[in-house]
Amino acid sequence: MSALVDKQGKTPIIAAENLSKTFSSGVFIREKTAAVQGASFEMFPGTVFSLIGESGSGKTTIGKLILKLIKPTSGRLLYRGQDITEIKGKNALRNYYRKVQGIFQDPFSSFNPLFRVDRVFDMVYDVFLPHEKNRAERTAEVLKSVNLNPERILHQFPHQLSGGQLQRLLIARSLLLDVDVLVADELISMLDASTRMGILNLLVDICHERGMSILFITHDLALGYYISDYTLIMHRGRLVEKGATEKIYNNPVHPYTKMLFNSVPDIGHKWDKNEKFIPEHVDREIDAFYRKNSGQGFDYVDTDHGVLFSLE
Amino acid sequence: MAAGSFWKKHENLYFAVTNRKVLFGVLMFTAILLLSVIGPFLTPYEYDEFAGPGYQPPSKDHWFGTTLQGRDVYTGVVYGLRSTLLVGFLAGTIASAIGLVVGFISGYNGGRAADEGLMMLTNVFMVIPSLALLILLSAYLPYRGIVTQSLIVSATAWPWTARAVRSQTMSLRNQEFVNLSRISGLSVFRILKEDIAANMFSYVFMVYILQFNGTILASVGLEFLGLGPTRGISLGLILQNAVNWNALHLGMWWWIIIPGLLLTLLIVSLYFINTGLDEVFNPRLREM
Amino acid sequence: MSAEKILKLEELRAYYRVLKGDVKALDGVSLHVKRGEILGVAGESGCGKSTLANTLILRKRPLQHISGKALFLGKDLMTMPEEEFRKMRFRQISIIPQYALDALSPTKKIRTFITDMAHEHEIETNAAFFGKVAERFAMVNLDQNVLNKYPIELSGGMKQRVVMIISTLMNPDLVIADEITSALDVSSQRFAATMLMELRDQGIIGSAIFITHDISILYQVADRLLIMYAGHVVETGPVEELIQNPRHPYTQALIRSLPKVGAQINEERLEGIKGTPPELLDIGSGCRFRFRCPYQTEKCLQTPETTHINENHSLACWHFEEIGSERVG
Repeated sequence: MSALVDKQGKTPIIAAENLSKTFSSGVFIREKTAAVQGASFEMFPGTVFSLIGESGSGKTTIGKLILKLIKPTSGRLLYRGQDITEIKGKNALRNYYRKVQGIFQDPFSSFNPLFRVDRVFDMVYDVFLPHEKNRAERTAEVLKSVNLNPERILHQFPHQLSGGQLQRLLIARSLLLDVDVLVADELISMLDASTRMGILNLLVDICHERGMSILFITHDLALGYYISDYTLIMHRGRLVEKGATEKIYNNPVHPYTKMLFNSVPDIGHKWDKNEKFIPEHVDREIDAFYRKNSGQGFDYVDTDHGVLFSLE
Repeated sequence: MAAGSFWKKHENLYFAVTNRKVLFGVLMFTAILLLSVIGPFLTPYEYDEFAGPGYQPPSKDHWFGTTLQGRDVYTGVVYGLRSTLLVGFLAGTIASAIGLVVGFISGYNGGRAADEGLMMLTNVFMVIPSLALLILLSAYLPYRGIVTQSLIVSATAWPWTARAVRSQTMSLRNQEFVNLSRISGLSVFRILKEDIAANMFSYVFMVYILQFNGTILASVGLEFLGLGPTRGISLGLILQNAVNWNALHLGMWWWIIIPGLLLTLLIVSLYFINTGLDEVFNPRLREM
Repeated sequence: MSAEKILKLEELRAYYRVLKGDVKALDGVSLHVKRGEILGVAGESGCGKSTLANTLILRKRPLQHISGKALFLGKDLMTMPEEEFRKMRFRQISIIPQYALDALSPTKKIRTFITDMAHEHEIETNAAFFGKVAERFAMVNLDQNVLNKYPIELSGGMKQRVVMIISTLMNPDLVIADEITSALDVSSQRFAATMLMELRDQGIIGSAIFITHDISILYQVADRLLIMYAGHVVETGPVEELIQNPRHPYTQALIRSLPKVGAQINEERLEGIKGTPPELLDIGSGCRFRFRCPYQTEKCLQTPETTHINENHSLACWHFEEIGSERVG
């Protein structure tokens, strides 16, 4: 039973139960990489979740699993209580994508360079809203809600627009459908500092207005803190700490989380110059932590705060 | 609607027709093509008839001279050009087609069973020494026409295309826009067509030209060894004859140099087109 | 008190000369670096900070020096003969490149890479040399056996450390650190930035120019901060002062958009800056920020002169006095 309190008594819209993904390469020479191991978490409507991790943490894999771009090796991923691996076949898949969408890190890589940007909207109409007679009007509406001018934007090629504009287009695209879940994978990491805020604020606004659940995948803790209600911390494929953002930031328990907060540069405080900080030592601390709490597994220190105390 | 692809090609078209290398290559190739088409109409002889005294250097009656046996070299060359071009076209097309299909399927399914299986097949074909395979196949068939020769040559040419197309497909498949198409519920076929193939158009075009070239060279090689078509004439065959009859030692430069030069120009023209297109499609290589 | 200025740029102009015209990437940049200080150069994409690094060290076409001086230890780098500059490179002035991963050839062992670099700069690779390498490696917590490894066996953070050590082996007077933290994880970022400070504190390097878009990191390690926008220097000053009391509208907006741990969106909403930096191709005169500036007037059509608020704090804006200060908390 999850100790994450149901928001307004609602059931989680996305729930992961012991989710694992192992990549193997080669038919005969099987090389295995465990990208995600035993991740369990829930996401609720109208809430922003930050999934924080460094490279190799498995955070992007979680995003791809939710978007059904890859299949889990074991464990379950549920959407509104239904196991999503059971969603097979063209129609079932389309119904899923009507409700679950994603935006990726590199805006320039997200658009086929040969086509004008309006294609991403046409794709949605062709597949999900084929009977829509007023495409232009509907598109104009969603573009206005992301502060883009349809006349100036729609007929351009991707390379003629800025990264910020492209990301806004992708957000607008996901607004065409009545989406429940939005996976934003490192959405702003390729944008300039001055552009980021506008996009982030927009994301949070639409989340609250439409009751969406947003998974904001990032390595930037400061931004994660700024926009999220709940935070999930991942390290080497495992979910090491999760809970209400304020609780985690004010009282980190797992040594990895502590190290992260210690390392994030912030104009509110300066790093302790006397502290000899070596990234490799974190692994030693984590091992010691697991050994000390051997057998405890994943446990809750508070109603909205869970920690991985040991690996069993 | 997505009229974008037309405009994009339009821009590339502009660069293609203004690129010096492309223009040069196209002109040279067209000239050779014209020669093969019109050339035969300009000669009164047949390529295998006794047209006059042998050992004649180029003259008014025999523009490219005659062979030791008295055959008109010009006639042989222009007919031979036809069959050489035909083989290049046929073999190049077959090899490209097989390579494309195998490459696409393999690349899109990267890492999974279909990919592994197809790559094993490709590797087998690649590892077999092509010349040995060609010699074996050619030697075993008593009758070899142009089509047969094309099939034989394309059998060893397609693996290279398959691997190249596969790696391009795989890298394109990892582009975010393919993922976006997937979560938009697009069919696999539409993704292959609009996202992958369309972005590979320039690459595929260039691959085809290279295949054309490669198969011509392979068939010339075969002919040189005496394993060319059992009937008919081709540039390789002329060269083989000339070498067999010691044309150079006898001072009959026109018998070797002229067909050889024509063959070289053909290959070179295609390489020019390819290199020029590389600049057209890859803006960073364009002359500053 | 007033330390020697080892680098002094005077109205430096460097453009990318392309077919279409001139991309005015560095357009009248003046700055100085004192001995022993870390100058942080910050700005967004297209501001010219990478061009700055290129102009001083690499200078590849189509980037061309147009006018202005770059005085390093009294000598102008821009007019120096190539031979002389080659001798200075790596010994007195050195660059820690942006992509450590690309800088290391995948087929060479680290030892081979170091040996090649040394020989290229006419340095003998004897036992004493490798002794120094081992010492420096230990400083950054790298084991000696790293020498026998291939780049692919090392993590991104470790590769960056290797590159940092190699670039500073000859104790250069000035090091240009070009986005050394951008491609790294959070933990490695702190280490790399702190390492730069350590190297300066221990006298292994004289001074450093730390180029990055991440102002929060500069706040931790830089002494002075220089903000660039579209090829111009907009504000310079001690890092504490610039963060707490920025005076140029661009700097103000930039600092305002930085998230702070402890402030959530429902408490305090941060704002970005609308619009994008201008195209630098054949750009005309005038303040380049005026297109996005809420305070712009006709006067801004003239390129602003640099004014000094106090001895250490200067900026280029016609209206800074009327705009006033924005003291942060």
